Amino acid sequence: MNQPVEFSIQTKGLNLWYGNFQALRDVSLNVRHGLITSLIGPSGCGKTTLLRCFNRINERYGSVKTEGEIKVLEKNIYDSDISLIELRKAVGMVFQRPNPMPISIYENVVFGLRLHHERSELHKADLDVAVESALTEVGLWKNTKDRLKENALTLQLEQQQKLCIARLIPLKPEVILMDEPCSALDVDGTRAIEELMFRLKGRYTILIVTHNMAQARRVSDECVFMLLGELIEHLPTEELFSNPQNPKTADYIEGRFG
Amino acid sequence: MSSMTGPSSQKPSAHFIKTDFVRKKERRELMAQAIFFVMAVLMIVPLVLIVSYLVYKALPILSLEFLFKVPTRGMRDGGIWPALLGTVYLVLISLVVATPIGVLAAVYLNEYARESWFTRIVNLAVVNLAGVPSIVHALFGLGAFVVFAGMGRSILAASLTLAIMTLPVIIASTKESLASVPRSFREACWNVGATRWQTIRHVVLPNSISGILTGVILQVSRSAGETAPIMFTGAVFYKAIQQGDVFAYGLLDQCMALSMHLFTLSTQVPDVPEALPYGTAVVLLVTVLSVNALSIIFRVYLRSHRKW
Repeated sequence: MNQPVEFSIQTKGLNLWYGNFQALRDVSLNVRHGLITSLIGPSGCGKTTLLRCFNRINERYGSVKTEGEIKVLEKNIYDSDISLIELRKAVGMVFQRPNPMPISIYENVVFGLRLHHERSELHKADLDVAVESALTEVGLWKNTKDRLKENALTLQLEQQQKLCIARLIPLKPEVILMDEPCSALDVDGTRAIEELMFRLKGRYTILIVTHNMAQARRVSDECVFMLLGELIEHLPTEELFSNPQNPKTADYIEGRFG
Repeated sequence: MSSMTGPSSQKPSAHFIKTDFVRKKERRELMAQAIFFVMAVLMIVPLVLIVSYLVYKALPILSLEFLFKVPTRGMRDGGIWPALLGTVYLVLISLVVATPIGVLAAVYLNEYARESWFTRIVNLAVVNLAGVPSIVHALFGLGAFVVFAGMGRSILAASLTLAIMTLPVIIASTKESLASVPRSFREACWNVGATRWQTIRHVVLPNSISGILTGVILQVSRSAGETAPIMFTGAVFYKAIQQGDVFAYGLLDQCMALSMHLFTLSTQVPDVPEALPYGTAVVLLVTVLSVNALSIIFRVYLRSHRKW
């Protein structure tokens, strides 16, 4: 309990409104550092909204009103001295639909570096190293090293999704948020991404939103069940599935509603 | 049911025979299709008629010389060089002014602005400005640029008037092009910590520039064809310049223009040879149509290079 970074993300009494609609109700959550935490719950329960709070990307989507506290690495991200740019570098996101940009594979990986450094600070050799290590880390280097100049949209969907993860790595993120990262992929693609998550675990804190309870059970160490904007239950995954404390959780994981 | 007794007792095709109701539906279907087709064909007829009639009437005078000669004998002979050059000046200067303002305003409206009373007012202004008749723009230009700003009747005042007229359309078409860039590209950018400007610069503009330019180019044909806004603000009946001289006009000079020239020839000058106004019309039409064609080719080319 004395570890300085036991929790990567902590929220306390988090409320969020889109206009008059309250999407999050009094959410208090501690996300353990270096583990994979899954967020499950029926559509519209606020999983994605919660995910988007952690790098304050919500604010780019329109007007939201937020109340309560969110700490990333023990720093309140609503403090006035916080840089949203630095925050978003530290907390990256992967989407449902792989969204590589329509530029080369190489440029996709170094995109973040280019955004955050003056042109004169970036040397080709350093960029090359960053590309190789990021693509190696996601298991894409062998397949793409000879076609780095090709448009990223020529990759298969699964490879595109890995590329989207690789794109975050040069920025040395603390947290990777994944919003249903496998829902556009087939069985093999899903397995590949899940294996990748296991390899990334430890170095990065991973939060994954999923509709697929089997996936939550397979990949996550801890599991959070949400319903109608409220956090119902947060337990180690095995415990949540085998011995849910809240009857609503039990109903959901047994498929009585969805 | 006898159908159960064996395959020979009732042919399966018996179920698919046309009933009277089916025949009636088929007749209606044919009729509907025919009507829509005829209407579509009707669209081509006026264009073909207009173009062929104009070209037929203008034939005696059309030549390369006609373009580069100046009018002579009190506009009853010679070419249209001053008017052609004037139109080019007016259109180019108006675009140079309107394009940056329109495109940048559209970027603000589409990429930065939140839904608020301010953006609603701006959008309302854009829509209403687009609906203002050109003669009203002309009066505004006369008051604002010619008189108030002291530019006098000049190419500058006329170009600015044209610019005001084209601005709302440029804004609207630019906004549309920006909005067609998938949001997922922007999301990708935001989530690696890009500022809004970086997102625009690296992702939004490169992927919408073809649409933006097409919208701008289309405004060339519109401003080239307008008469009213330039009539009060800078275009004149006759202006003496050297044949084929490209730098004949200064910013504060008055100039001739194709649309104005056509108007003058057809209504103000007695005893003009018939081919002369028709020749002018053909030049105007060909200019406009070729600019439009250019924008279409340009768009097709850029689309084919787009990967999404």
